Amino acid sequence: MTYHFNFAFVWRYADKLYWGLVLSLEIALISILIGMVIGLGLALAYTGGNRWVRTGIAAYVEFIRNVPLLLLVYLVFYGIPSAGGFAYDAKTSFIATLALYSGAYLVEVFRAGLDAIPKGLIDAGKAIGLTPWQRFVYVRMPTMFRIVLPSLSNVYVSLFKDTSLAYVIAVPELTYGANWIKTNTFRVIEVWIVVWPMYLVTCYALIYALRLLERRFSLVRR
Amino acid sequence: MIAYVMGVMPFLWQGLLVTLAVSGLVVASSLVTGVLCGIGLVYGRWWISWPIRIYSDILRGTPLIVLIFLIIYGLPLLGVDFGNYGSAVIALAAFKTAHVAEIARGAIQSIHFGQTDAGKAIGLTFRQRLQYVIMPQAVRRFLPPWINAVADAVKGSALVSLAGIVDLTLAVQQVIGRTYDPLPMYLLGAAMYFIINYSLSLTSRRLEARFAYIRE
Repeated sequence: MTYHFNFAFVWRYADKLYWGLVLSLEIALISILIGMVIGLGLALAYTGGNRWVRTGIAAYVEFIRNVPLLLLVYLVFYGIPSAGGFAYDAKTSFIATLALYSGAYLVEVFRAGLDAIPKGLIDAGKAIGLTPWQRFVYVRMPTMFRIVLPSLSNVYVSLFKDTSLAYVIAVPELTYGANWIKTNTFRVIEVWIVVWPMYLVTCYALIYALRLLERRFSLVRR
Repeated sequence: MIAYVMGVMPFLWQGLLVTLAVSGLVVASSLVTGVLCGIGLVYGRWWISWPIRIYSDILRGTPLIVLIFLIIYGLPLLGVDFGNYGSAVIALAAFKTAHVAEIARGAIQSIHFGQTDAGKAIGLTFRQRLQYVIMPQAVRRFLPPWINAVADAVKGSALVSLAGIVDLTLAVQQVIGRTYDPLPMYLLGAAMYFIINYSLSLTSRRLEARFAYIRE
């Protein structure tokens, strides 16, 4: 038995894949932006907070890190609305899930970043008479972001790959587009042969672009 | 609450066993292949190390769910059919192999080259150097991140539910299909995964602290 490849159907519905890829990137971007707010807020709360605050934050981080993302997606989309008697659309729900998910990882990233700010810089800020708020805005934040940039780009690339799970709640991203073509044309393997390199190329293009950005903003000039 | 958990446990039990079996198979097979690939990355000639590098980079750039579908539908095309279960396990193991290879590579490279030189100086062969000098030290650097990778494998195994294999995640959904009450069931499922993975990450942290004395 020989299989006859037929990519015609994949090309016919290529727009689903193209817009799916755009949506995947968009979801990853919005999620990491919200996740950064969560992560930075909790990292600052953790550094300045008492024992209860710290325990609460640690519990959130450990819960998210030790439960499969797929289960979190279901939990947020099906579980929480069922108890509260409300509903939100799949895309909002998935972005919320990814934001909470990346937030848990970014707390650790930002905490490490805050710790890694050279003490001399903060002392220098004090010496020239900056207020604590000015030191935060002009010294600590810019330095920290330049330190954590490589970790941020790793999280973004892995979030982009994780958007593939959105198809389970019918968010029309790339994997959903692939499944749509699969179920409507039965050209199963052709679809995956096309979609696989799409993920791969996008991943490495992202990594390359982010490396350039990292080099531009690196604290150590190379 | 205890009555509720006891009531649904018989339905989840089988799923939990499948999750543990899939994770176990993946972890065991990827440990062997991953460590071999890691050694190949560090010590292999270019015709060994390059293919491994390309393999590892390709696999780590692919979403796991895409890889699972690709192998489930692609392998029969090549004339081999392991069924959904076998294919899903192969996909997860292939993915994990790339990660374990990188962990092994990092662990081996973290051992100072003076150790290798010393081994050569006293006339040890390559195998002896690996066996008596490099590996006993590298294993301490290898274990903590590897246990994290095991926890990752348990989390990744949840994706086999999308291929129709009744693991813990799908068992949870099947119960919800009858009770129409998702929240408590998802929380229970999450708690079960949490217990497995949290104990793994605690072990990893303890080992890391235990081996922290090793410097260069």
